Amino acid sequence: MAERPDPDALLAKVKEDERVNGRGRLKIYLGMAAGVGKTYAMLNDAQEAKKRCADVVIGYLEAHGRPETEGMAVGLEQIPLRSLDHRGVVLKEFDLDAAVSRKPELILVDELAHTNVSGSRHRKRWQDVQELLQAGIDVYTTVNIQHIESLNDIVAQITGVVVAETIPDSLVNEADEIEVVDIPPQELIKRLHEGKVYVASKVEQALSSFFKKSNLSALRELALRHTAERVDRQVRTYRAAEGASEPWHTKERILVCVAPNKMSMRVVRSAARMAGALHAEMIAVSVDSPRQAGLGEPDRLRVVEALRLAENLGAETVTLSAQDIVGEVIRFAHARNVTTIIVGKPVRARWREVVFGSVVDTLVRASGDINVLVITGSDASGTPQRIIPRKSDHTDLRGYGLAVGVTSVATGIDALMYGHFERMNLVMVYLLGVTYVASRKSRWPATLAALLSVGTFDFLFVPPLHSFAVSDVQYVFTFAVMLLVALLISTLTSRLKDQTDAASIRERRTAALFNLSKKLSATRSRIEIGTFTAARIREVFGCDVGVLIKSRATGKLFSGPESECKFEFRPNENAVALWVLDHGKMAGAGTDTLPGAEGLYLPLNAEKVCVGVLAVKWIGEPIRDPAQLHFLENFANQLAIAIERTNLAKDSHEAMLQVEKERLRNSLLSSVSHDLRTPLTIISGAADSLRASTHLSEPRDRELAQAIAVEAERLGRQVRNLLDMTRIEAGGIELNREWQSLEELIGSALSRTEKLLYEHHVRTDISPDLPLLMLDGVLMEQTIVNLLENAARHTPAGTNVTVRARTQLGQVLIELSNDGPPLPDGEEDRIFDKFYRTSTTATQGFGLGLTICRAIMEAHGGTIKATNNREGGVSFFMTIPVSDPAPEVPLG
Amino acid sequence: MVERSKIVVIDDEVQMRRFLKASFDPSEAELFEAENGVEGIRLVARTNPDVVLLDLGLPDIDGIDVAKQLREWTQVPIIVLSARGREKDKIEALDAGADDYLTKPFGVGELLARIRVTLRHVSRSKGNDVEPVYEVGSLKVDLAMRRVLVGGKEVHLTPIEFKLLSMLVRHAGMVLTHRQLLVEVWGPAYSEETHYLRVYMGQLRHKLESDPARPRHITTEPGVGYRLLAE
Repeated sequence: MAERPDPDALLAKVKEDERVNGRGRLKIYLGMAAGVGKTYAMLNDAQEAKKRCADVVIGYLEAHGRPETEGMAVGLEQIPLRSLDHRGVVLKEFDLDAAVSRKPELILVDELAHTNVSGSRHRKRWQDVQELLQAGIDVYTTVNIQHIESLNDIVAQITGVVVAETIPDSLVNEADEIEVVDIPPQELIKRLHEGKVYVASKVEQALSSFFKKSNLSALRELALRHTAERVDRQVRTYRAAEGASEPWHTKERILVCVAPNKMSMRVVRSAARMAGALHAEMIAVSVDSPRQAGLGEPDRLRVVEALRLAENLGAETVTLSAQDIVGEVIRFAHARNVTTIIVGKPVRARWREVVFGSVVDTLVRASGDINVLVITGSDASGTPQRIIPRKSDHTDLRGYGLAVGVTSVATGIDALMYGHFERMNLVMVYLLGVTYVASRKSRWPATLAALLSVGTFDFLFVPPLHSFAVSDVQYVFTFAVMLLVALLISTLTSRLKDQTDAASIRERRTAALFNLSKKLSATRSRIEIGTFTAARIREVFGCDVGVLIKSRATGKLFSGPESECKFEFRPNENAVALWVLDHGKMAGAGTDTLPGAEGLYLPLNAEKVCVGVLAVKWIGEPIRDPAQLHFLENFANQLAIAIERTNLAKDSHEAMLQVEKERLRNSLLSSVSHDLRTPLTIISGAADSLRASTHLSEPRDRELAQAIAVEAERLGRQVRNLLDMTRIEAGGIELNREWQSLEELIGSALSRTEKLLYEHHVRTDISPDLPLLMLDGVLMEQTIVNLLENAARHTPAGTNVTVRARTQLGQVLIELSNDGPPLPDGEEDRIFDKFYRTSTTATQGFGLGLTICRAIMEAHGGTIKATNNREGGVSFFMTIPVSDPAPEVPLG
Repeated sequence: MVERSKIVVIDDEVQMRRFLKASFDPSEAELFEAENGVEGIRLVARTNPDVVLLDLGLPDIDGIDVAKQLREWTQVPIIVLSARGREKDKIEALDAGADDYLTKPFGVGELLARIRVTLRHVSRSKGNDVEPVYEVGSLKVDLAMRRVLVGGKEVHLTPIEFKLLSMLVRHAGMVLTHRQLLVEVWGPAYSEETHYLRVYMGQLRHKLESDPARPRHITTEPGVGYRLLAE
């Protein structure tokens, strides 16, 4: 049974094939450590490529002062490095813009993992490389295994060195070729000793730390295994596409939970490796729960970073929002057919788990048929740091004021009650006060109220009076209950409040988006849409917003007259906006591309094109929360859709106008042509009659009649040309193609111009084997007539006019030559321009005839040109492509 | 023109009608004028003319429709007057039953020649006495004997070439559209195969013309058809 190839696999292969088209190819030289000879190998290949006449340049080369390497680079063009001033030190950096504008076939960029000096467009060199690839330039580059993102922590485990500069796995996976540059560790150590890798002073240090033989062996294994896995994947892709083998199996999907602790990065990396090994899809999930609300900024950032890492590792990232973390994760996992859930091992103290329960335990119990993998972290210090209550509550003086006030009131009431009621009832009044404070304010004011209540109650009403001493032990219990009640209620209240806050934020966002889309759907002008959206975003996010819309005529960005927008676009910022428009990706402050910019720039991506850029300048702290950013992106999407919609509406309106204009023009043209031709017909006809009439005896009268007839005819030709030109200009040329014989068309043209050329010697030389051509016969004949008329006008009587036609190199060539005066030098091309008349002749005419010829020839996919002959005279050459042969004609 | 012929002019332009009127010798032709299609049809019905000169751009109904309506009840020769660039209109008018056309601007000589040819054609087909031998210049065609002579020398034609030539001869001096030729020679199923004509006309010219690139007998009317020159 023939197996049907998995459509997803086919699509992947098609995508890969597609990607290759138009995009540059990437080759990575992968090594286990510095000094294995990656750069040397790369240069070697570059020299080979150059021998094959490829256009090779060096974009950036790190020779580390090795003479062999430097020798290899001889003869290769080097793009000058950019000098950047970094805190007083001038640093040399790869010049991306120069490379893109130089546009070589192949460029060498050493050290892929390099971090660019701030002030460069991208934060990382690998982003430069991506842009080069996008520009259709092939790239050779080098990288060491420890820089690959997903291997980062393994390398750290092996070597004890944490590498900060990493490159995303996706880049490596998408590389068209990877060459492992490998030498045995002993060899590398030997080279190190010989001073071929580092300068002598550094050798000792290197040998004792990183370049230990055990390290090198492990790294070498890592590099080889990574490459082997890649090869394995490629073989699978190939085989899957061929539909050859492999039992069908369900697609693995891994969900990794990102928790707000230090382990999250490690969990994500492990999950990514596992996903890679299983060829599984990976989804990284973080849950926005009320618990999270109490987290400090560092923990929030940790989540953001872990999600970003996951994204870089090729995962889809999702932020869920729920009270019940486990329930939501399981629901989501089921909805997305997740097969495995990966979580980090809990780092909380044991007693907390016993008391509050553990997410992992609940997850394992609730997971059902989904596997749950728990990953350990060596990092014990990963307890989330809770800052409770949140910052704003510390400064809520009114809360404390309320606590004091309520306690005073309670004390007053108690003072009135004192003596009439049991002491326990006095406690109730205090408890009421504490409950009130706890329900209105957060934990600290409530605690204060509890403490104050306990204190005043003890001091004023518990014997011994006016002393904090307590005679009866049972009051201690009362105090404890009061304190506990205060804490419990305030905790519950603040949690409730957080939930309401979260809900109202969500509500506000949804409402804002809803309002926006409602308003946008009723707005027609792009400027209005931009202004309105900008105002909304400003309201919701509290930032400066500018909307830059791409002009469809010029392709440039323009901003509407937004008087309230204080966003100033300095030239530098404008460049960022343009980059975003070109690439359709976010850039600017807070991103990895052009992070030095003042604003954050989001592309307004519509269906197919980027219709503009949304510029955001944070007034206070920049927003880095992915949920918020995502929300901002929602705004951008709405905006893009609205702009696209107006664009489309405009298009259809313009198309309608165009049709209407066309109709009007056509009716105008036909009425003009009718109104001009009829009088011309009458004039030339009447003059003709006069000339032929026997009543005109005076030779002078006869000559006058002749003059009228000739001039009327000429005027007729001019009118015809003018109308033809108008028609061509108006809507291009509509060809009515049929199989035509060139001999026939030339014959017809010659007979039409017979009267004009009667004083010339006209000769024809038409090859008998001309094929039939798919042409518009009327227009092609008109072309030849125009050229013949041209010859009649510009060459003296008695000279030769020759028409030749033959096939040549898959084309039909028509040559029309005359013996007339040559064209002025350099005007051979210009004679085809509209209203052009040669500088030497002052002949009549609009100078339209040849322009029409060129338009007609070009509409046929042919060419026309004029040259002065060496033997004198001028030749016009026309070529017409020969497409398919004409269908067979039955003999008979 | 032996006897005084009656000519109906259907044209909305006063000047055009006046010019046409001036072009004919009153002793040879009597002119009736109509300024729109409906009036024109009525005039033709009333006067029973020898020739109708029909402008295609009429204010009330399309000239092509006038030709069609006339053809429903009369075989009167119709000569269409139209501008260059409106080849489609001309073909439609010819296929609708018009006999020939003149491209504006035209000379009086041309007009008279067309009328002459058309009248001759009518008289020939009316009398059913198709001249068996046709002779113009160096070309001589004997339809009965199926013989063709060029400059006195017999030329051998294939059956289709002869069929084509005889069709042209029977309408000598008049234009024949591609469609008319294709339907007559190859049959209705071949009415769109214009490349047949290109090939066979080329062959005919190479056999009949001294310079096939500058034909003296069979001329091309670009976008419309072919014509065998009669004079």
